[in-house]
Amino acid sequence: MKTRYSFGGDEHIFVECDEEMSLEAFFKGMSITTALREAQIKGVTEICPANASFQVRFDPDVIAPEAMLSELKKLEAAAQAAPSTLETRIIEVPVFYNDPWTHETGQRFRERHQDPTSTDIEYTARINNLDGVDGFVATHSGAPWFVSMVGFVAGLPFLYQMVERKRQIQSPKYLRPRTDTPRLTVGHGGCFGCIYSVRGAGGYQMFGITPMPIYDPTQTVPYLRDFMCLFKPGDIVKWKPIDHAEYDHTVAEVDAGRWMPRIAPVTFSLSEFQADIDGTNARILEALNGH
Amino acid sequence: MAINVIKAGLSTTVQDLGRPGFYHIGIPTSGGMDMLSLAAANLLVGNTAGDAVLEAVFMGPELEFTVDATVAVTGADMPPKVDGVEQATWTSFRVKKGQVLSFGFLKSGARAYIAVSGGIDVPVVLGSRSTYTLGALGGHHGRKLDAGDVLPVGQGRGAAEGRTLPDGLRRKHGMPAELRMLPGLYWHRITEAAGERFFEDTWKVAPEADRIGYRFKAGHPLEFVPREQPFGAGSDPSNIVDACYPYGSVQVPGGTEPIVLHRDAVSGGGYFMVGTVISADMDLIGQLQPHTPTRFVKVTMEEALAARADRRKVLDGIAAGLA
Repeated sequence: MKTRYSFGGDEHIFVECDEEMSLEAFFKGMSITTALREAQIKGVTEICPANASFQVRFDPDVIAPEAMLSELKKLEAAAQAAPSTLETRIIEVPVFYNDPWTHETGQRFRERHQDPTSTDIEYTARINNLDGVDGFVATHSGAPWFVSMVGFVAGLPFLYQMVERKRQIQSPKYLRPRTDTPRLTVGHGGCFGCIYSVRGAGGYQMFGITPMPIYDPTQTVPYLRDFMCLFKPGDIVKWKPIDHAEYDHTVAEVDAGRWMPRIAPVTFSLSEFQADIDGTNARILEALNGH
Repeated sequence: MAINVIKAGLSTTVQDLGRPGFYHIGIPTSGGMDMLSLAAANLLVGNTAGDAVLEAVFMGPELEFTVDATVAVTGADMPPKVDGVEQATWTSFRVKKGQVLSFGFLKSGARAYIAVSGGIDVPVVLGSRSTYTLGALGGHHGRKLDAGDVLPVGQGRGAAEGRTLPDGLRRKHGMPAELRMLPGLYWHRITEAAGERFFEDTWKVAPEADRIGYRFKAGHPLEFVPREQPFGAGSDPSNIVDACYPYGSVQVPGGTEPIVLHRDAVSGGGYFMVGTVISADMDLIGQLQPHTPTRFVKVTMEEALAARADRRKVLDGIAAGLA
């Protein structure tokens, strides 16, 4: 992993922790951006962690670009010595896999897909050697996922599977992007999952839909009253498969302002994870059950 | 204290100096694409530089005033009319209660800024009144104006009419446009020859040019340095592991048509970028019409900072002239 710094015009520094995606590269970016936030350097206006990189926006009238760069390099050196733990939270996200709405959208844009004769979920199961839709759902919802970036549009989380690389689900994006994706579609492109926070264009495979709003600019959904976006980089997500009846019930509860997501605080240690992936994941998931 | 929208124009939105601080969760700064013209319009009517104004692209709205106000129109050259009588741009004028403000055809530029004494008084969301339409956030109900909308106007003393900016401080719409760019980010992904041609080519603004980004076409496709694509990046040579996009960054999907991200930028994605248009030239992009011949001009950080200081001087000059 070699860190690469580059100026994005006179107001940004772009920092690539690694060319390729890995939990280690994400974690390095999280460590440095967390330290940067705590350092409260004058002139820093935006700190944006991404998957294997991060970006800082600054006001060059307050801090000169070269000075900003040397501050970041200092923080990088300090972050390498710091313990690799993260105080974060786990959020359970109910998913109605293989739902009729993303299915209908998938059929509408079928000529833009690699395999027009099957569905997105069947196709992805097949190319990942999973046992049909059921096998896919078990794998997709089995291990937790890291929110490795929030963005593209407001509140949209990119998610990275917390399993070794050879067990990760991978799928290409659509050959040509769709012009429509239902709001709250659970999608996947490359090695990343996502939840579409708003309706709109998209190129990721569509696996299902969640009844849980994650972005609410009107701030009327009870758990989005304090802030309109649910996810932050560093959050951990556990998918919970639900059926059509539970989906409908949850939507009704959300609309009535009664539904709340299950969220629990959790400490993540990168070294513990690297030593024992399944054991660490089991411990993280237990936090959701109040253990 | 209100303005009735009789006709909305093509895409008219409420904008101020923007909403920094939320890019890390995908909410872009928004705000006027041509900030300098926005600030000038405000100062002409006696507002503070960052009050909310209307940004009208290519075509002006038709607005009925229910209150006396001082108005100024800057940015694109699109003549304002009060009850059909043409008024000067970059100059304050009075609109009386019951009168209608409308616009003639666009002569040059792309975006006009309409400031009203007291400012457009929509609610402040996350520190700004700017509209971010993709996220249905801010402005007037998170969207562009529609006929029938009623816009609240704030309390303002209103400057005298006939205040005007000297010609030297007004936005010029030059042809061909030149956008100064600092190469970087993933510049190393293209060959040296492709890099040279990128700056030699005359590009043209594509029809897909909006507040999210401006697309350019008619230049040579970029040739990539061969590599095995990194894990998670996707198979196209223009793909990277999804990363954050700087404002003004120049991404080139498939290596064919550059897109310069602007105030409503998508905050990140999986396309490589060859560099970033410098902060001093961001305003200029907002005034480019489709088909405008455009060149990217390579600059150093030193030159970028000097251009930034020059822009600051113009802004200070406008403020001093209207103090």
